[in-house]
Amino acid sequence: MRIVIIDDSGLRATVLEEGLREAGYDDIHIVPPRGAFVARLERMAPDVVLMDLGSPSRDTLEEMLIVSRALAKPIAMFVDQSDDAMIGAAIDAGVSAYVVDGLRKERVKPVLELAVRRFNAFAKMQSELDEARTALSDRKIIDRAKSILMNQRSLSEQDAYALLRSAAMNQGKKIVEVAQALITASELLGGGL
Amino acid sequence: MTTSLRIAFLPLTDAAVLVAARERGFAEAEGIALDLVRTTSWATLRDRLVYGQVQAAHMLAPLAVAVTLGLSQQPAALAAPYKLNVNGNMLVMTCDFAAALEPDVAARLADPLGTAHDFAAAIGLWRRKPVIGVVHRFSSHAIMLRYWLASAGVDPDRDVVLRVLPPSLTVEAMQAGEIDGFIAGEPWGSAAVEAGLAEAVAIGERIWRRGVEKVLAFREAWAEENPDTVDRLLRALVRAAAWCDDTANHADLAGLLAAPAYVDQPADLIARALSGQIVARAGEAPIASPDFMLFAREATPFPWRSQALWIYSQLVRWGMVDHDPATVTKAAAVFRPDIFRRALADSDVPMPGASMKLEGAVGMPLAVGSRRGELTLGPDRFFDGRVFDPERIDEFLASFAPPR
Repeated sequence: MRIVIIDDSGLRATVLEEGLREAGYDDIHIVPPRGAFVARLERMAPDVVLMDLGSPSRDTLEEMLIVSRALAKPIAMFVDQSDDAMIGAAIDAGVSAYVVDGLRKERVKPVLELAVRRFNAFAKMQSELDEARTALSDRKIIDRAKSILMNQRSLSEQDAYALLRSAAMNQGKKIVEVAQALITASELLGGGL
Repeated sequence: MTTSLRIAFLPLTDAAVLVAARERGFAEAEGIALDLVRTTSWATLRDRLVYGQVQAAHMLAPLAVAVTLGLSQQPAALAAPYKLNVNGNMLVMTCDFAAALEPDVAARLADPLGTAHDFAAAIGLWRRKPVIGVVHRFSSHAIMLRYWLASAGVDPDRDVVLRVLPPSLTVEAMQAGEIDGFIAGEPWGSAAVEAGLAEAVAIGERIWRRGVEKVLAFREAWAEENPDTVDRLLRALVRAAAWCDDTANHADLAGLLAAPAYVDQPADLIARALSGQIVARAGEAPIASPDFMLFAREATPFPWRSQALWIYSQLVRWGMVDHDPATVTKAAAVFRPDIFRRALADSDVPMPGASMKLEGAVGMPLAVGSRRGELTLGPDRFFDGRVFDPERIDEFLASFAPPR
């Protein structure tokens, strides 16, 4: 079974490909949705196409599926329309799957399930990474604000932080927002670091 | 009690009524918490609607008909009780190609018939078969482009290449030379003009003066099961639409739409379509097109069944669906004036007395029979003067030569 993954994110495609290979599928190709990707895809004659639901190029792909004369058999979205739970899970995970006509659903289902699991795992990884990045940049902003307070008001680090925290609580804001405001104000007043 | 509703949309200026309903309190006033789900392809918007991830969608009118007829992946009966706008499309072509057309852009846009013939002549001079981007096979844009090209004897399936790509990638594809022009909803045409990549060649409003564009589509079964929610949403939308049509609000509206969560393009580009001030060539003065995009006036939101049938006639014309009586009935039933009437029964919205009309028959603003209030229909002519009689589809189809 030839599986083509159309994905903008090289990392997500790799995560999915690894999973498929571990499960014993070995005819897997990754095609980024750029330039003449539909022509490449047509030549590959895939049995299953997996595509990120968020990709703006899905309309381009579907048009190719309608007009292509190169494809021996029609390819349509999902395979077993009666399996609503599976389709719901796929859409939630952001996976769309196009399957060649005649492929038995027992053969497609494990591929789709695996894609859903891998897409979900990737999304979780991504959001953890984003959180870590945000935490790091928040920390830097708060550190800068603290050192402004320490310099200009001769406070200890602990007191500077306490001051930021109480200002945030009084204003109903996040500490990082107060810190950012302080840095901006300090820069405008020419008293930055 | 507040009802939560999820509605999918594409980043386009004509999502305005939904955005205003959420951001300016019209939905809230009807007890609806609107969650607008930004989507970047029509395929994904369709799937989210068909598989129930959203309750409604900002949908290309022909796509709503096509999904119901089973022409676009999983068939699903859709109901469109409300039109979100009429008009709003623009065909732009790369400046080199446009050089073969009437140089005075105002005259070019004012004369679609002459421009179509110039366009036909320019095809043979171009370095390749012109590649024109369309946002979807089942879009009003594609259908209008086909109609316009064919009027000058151009076969859109043979003489040009129609390439499907999402509106948000059109400008990039122009830059890369992958396409020679495109027809899309605003602000994408204006963005290509502003970037100096293209010139306006035709505007939708001049091809069909009141062209059906986006509808609010529900799954039919869901709409039947939730009449109260549908009615409240429609009442919120007519008020939002009136607000969007009011020139006093255009700057505010353009600012709302410019946000990253919505269209994510500069407010001044978005404002061009809202105010009908169309810049056809970079650096030139705007051309006044007051009917460029309509939301409320002349009962714009009313889903005339004859308009669903006009769409159907074009799908048949281009071989996308076979013509038979059962399909005619199914296509006409996608537009739901009955729901519109029910929802707005107690409002002050002028209500047309009929659900079908001749399309393309009004030359001058015309006062028509209305169950309430004054209703004036704007001119709705097609540029070629044809009139579509929904009772005589066969004759209408036969009038297009050569038969396909």
